[in-house]
Amino acid sequence: MRQFDFIGNTKKYFAFSIALLVIAFAAMLIFGVQLDIQFKGGALITYSYTGEIDRNEFTKSVQELLGQGVSVQESTDLATGKQNFVVSLAASQGLTAEKQLELTNALGEQYGGAGLETVSINVVDPTIGNEFLLKSLLAVAFAAVLMIIYTSIRFRMISGWSAGVMAVAALLHDLLMVFASFILFRFPINANFIAVCLTILGYSLNDTIVIYDRVRENKRLYGNRLSVAELMNKSLNQSLKRSLMTTITTVASMVVVSVVAYIYNVESILSFSMPMIIGMLSGVYSSLCIACPLWVLWQQKHPEDKAK
Amino acid sequence: MKKVGKPVFFIIAALIVLMGYLTVYGVTTTYGDLTRTVIKSINDVRWGIDIRGGVDVTFSPPEDILETVTDEQMAAAESIIQVRLVSQNITDSEIYTDYNNKRIIVRFPWKADETEFNPEEAIAELGATAALTFRANANRDADGNPAGETATDIILEGKDIVSAEAAYTETQSGAREFMVNLSLTEEGAKKFEAGTERLIGQTISIWMDNTMISSPTVQSKISGGEATISGSNFTAEEVNDLANKINAGALPFALRTENYNTISPTLGLGAKDAMMLAGVIAFLIIAAIMISFYRLPGFVAVIALLGQVLLMIASITGFFGVFPSFTLTLPGIAGIILSIGFGVDANIITAERIKEELRSGKTLDGALNAGFQRAFTAIFDGNVTVIIVAVILMAAFGPPDGLFSKALSWLFFMFGPSTSGSIYSFGYTLLMGVVLNLLMGVLASKLMLKSLSRFEALRKPSLYGGDKA
Repeated sequence: MRQFDFIGNTKKYFAFSIALLVIAFAAMLIFGVQLDIQFKGGALITYSYTGEIDRNEFTKSVQELLGQGVSVQESTDLATGKQNFVVSLAASQGLTAEKQLELTNALGEQYGGAGLETVSINVVDPTIGNEFLLKSLLAVAFAAVLMIIYTSIRFRMISGWSAGVMAVAALLHDLLMVFASFILFRFPINANFIAVCLTILGYSLNDTIVIYDRVRENKRLYGNRLSVAELMNKSLNQSLKRSLMTTITTVASMVVVSVVAYIYNVESILSFSMPMIIGMLSGVYSSLCIACPLWVLWQQKHPEDKAK
Repeated sequence: MKKVGKPVFFIIAALIVLMGYLTVYGVTTTYGDLTRTVIKSINDVRWGIDIRGGVDVTFSPPEDILETVTDEQMAAAESIIQVRLVSQNITDSEIYTDYNNKRIIVRFPWKADETEFNPEEAIAELGATAALTFRANANRDADGNPAGETATDIILEGKDIVSAEAAYTETQSGAREFMVNLSLTEEGAKKFEAGTERLIGQTISIWMDNTMISSPTVQSKISGGEATISGSNFTAEEVNDLANKINAGALPFALRTENYNTISPTLGLGAKDAMMLAGVIAFLIIAAIMISFYRLPGFVAVIALLGQVLLMIASITGFFGVFPSFTLTLPGIAGIILSIGFGVDANIITAERIKEELRSGKTLDGALNAGFQRAFTAIFDGNVTVIIVAVILMAAFGPPDGLFSKALSWLFFMFGPSTSGSIYSFGYTLLMGVVLNLLMGVLASKLMLKSLSRFEALRKPSLYGGDKA
């Protein structure tokens, strides 16, 4: 089998990743970061209807009933064929259940003929939302710390700390890619974002670990006969097929989910499965082309740190 | 390594088929009209509110008095909500009270066969100020509402009560007798004195809204504003509960609800079917990939994967009738599908390894042994990282009484319990996927493949990805 020279192309990979991150950063500046109301607070009410309702008229009715500005978006549910109105309210003013009840009753009287029904209501207190965001970020940070510790302990033989830290550099890369995918797909940052980040942390590290495991084994086999770069290249090539196959099966499962979720308009899953695909692709790429070359660089710069 | 017998493959395959039957159809026994579930079927899965619709609401006291609210008052508020849930016929609910942040989280699904359920109304009712009354006698109409003189003759109201407290005394024999001590306001004491004088030997019933919560008999005229409700059959739990409910009636505030989420049942059911379809398609695609790339080890991987999915479903329903079902949400289903994609990873690592060993000139048995042995550390280390992540997910997004939430409470101590329940289920399916993968993708796969390799027809190296002999 042809051997890829992963270590020789290190600079190209780093340049590619940096280019991607610059694009992501530019996209962030252009599109801005949307926080879901789960985190920033606010209200989102979805109504469905079957007849004809004018959006402007509907918006005016809601604004009069609530006495505050709202924005209303239209969408079509492909599964049921029904039209939806999504009413969103800013976080600054809370919406009590009592007020919401009045709104629903009044709208029901006005538009009941067009089959107006409440599909979902989501109201979040800004304090609770912010707290939820902080808790989620803490969870991600804690997971990252545990990952460094675990990898370091398991790979003492190939100088643990550097292995752990380099793996986490790759993880950071993946998390930024997941973040970028939320911005590019225009999904608001919500609990799904945290779930995807955590999953990718575990998943991407899994890839890196399989390769490190091979390095550990080759180290035993070849001792110091191979240079660090040769050792890594050999291990990378040996595990390449596996890395690609596992990526194919996992990405395939999430592609199926994304397609089905898109057809049936299950947005809560779409904002989960699509960033997951990006995270997985980034995960395998960063393991092969970021974590391992970085580790080689580190080993070459710090020969005294070399594995015993 | 001991040789694995030829029948092992068929035994494991038969076990998986049996498991599949039990998981899908379940086992019930019927004695007359009574049906008892021994093993749960797939229909016993408890769907999350994002699928079957429902309400997820966080109550808290008004902001201006938040600092002064005591734990007792929070417990009282929780018991108001409990009584009201039951009186609205909502039995399948979860309530968590967060004393640190002074919040009560309530989740309940859409009631089955309910067409005209108004969630906003239900939330408003749950959070309203409690109407506690002490009424003459205990006459109820068919719906359980006060009737006759009980409806009109109100002796005390919530504002007449200062507090209620659970207590006990020890009788001479050493047994404990539980009771509730009531302390009344000055005006309440006067009204109660008149009421008890009038009703000696009769009952005074205690009501929260339109639900009767107790009906003690008046033993004597009670003056002085201190009263005791006792009964020889009271348990410690009952008197606590009653004291909480009475305190709830004396609660000086209504609960605020500025954080809630309601989902209609029509929205989620379509999504559930769509996700199930996605699961089946994903399984078939992955089965095709595995068999076409890895031949015999791929075939074994598919059987093991089927076993893994069935065991995952069993771990969600609880399998045995006595275990409660775990709540499955849309992200939970996504977790199952992700586990399908990821579950074959162990088989891929092993199959690649076997191929390599064969090409390096090992015999089939040698390659199989070396392949499984050498692949294990990588699989194990890789799975541990996912387990870490799944545990953190369950701790951060789970209910406060969950195992992992408790284990990591030192980390998340500043934060209240998660107000969004759907990710918890994802953490659970992810965890189960990885754990069961070690069982099916590693152990069962190893036994099955070694057993098959004993058959002469299945010993061609090409079946394992080796070079054609």
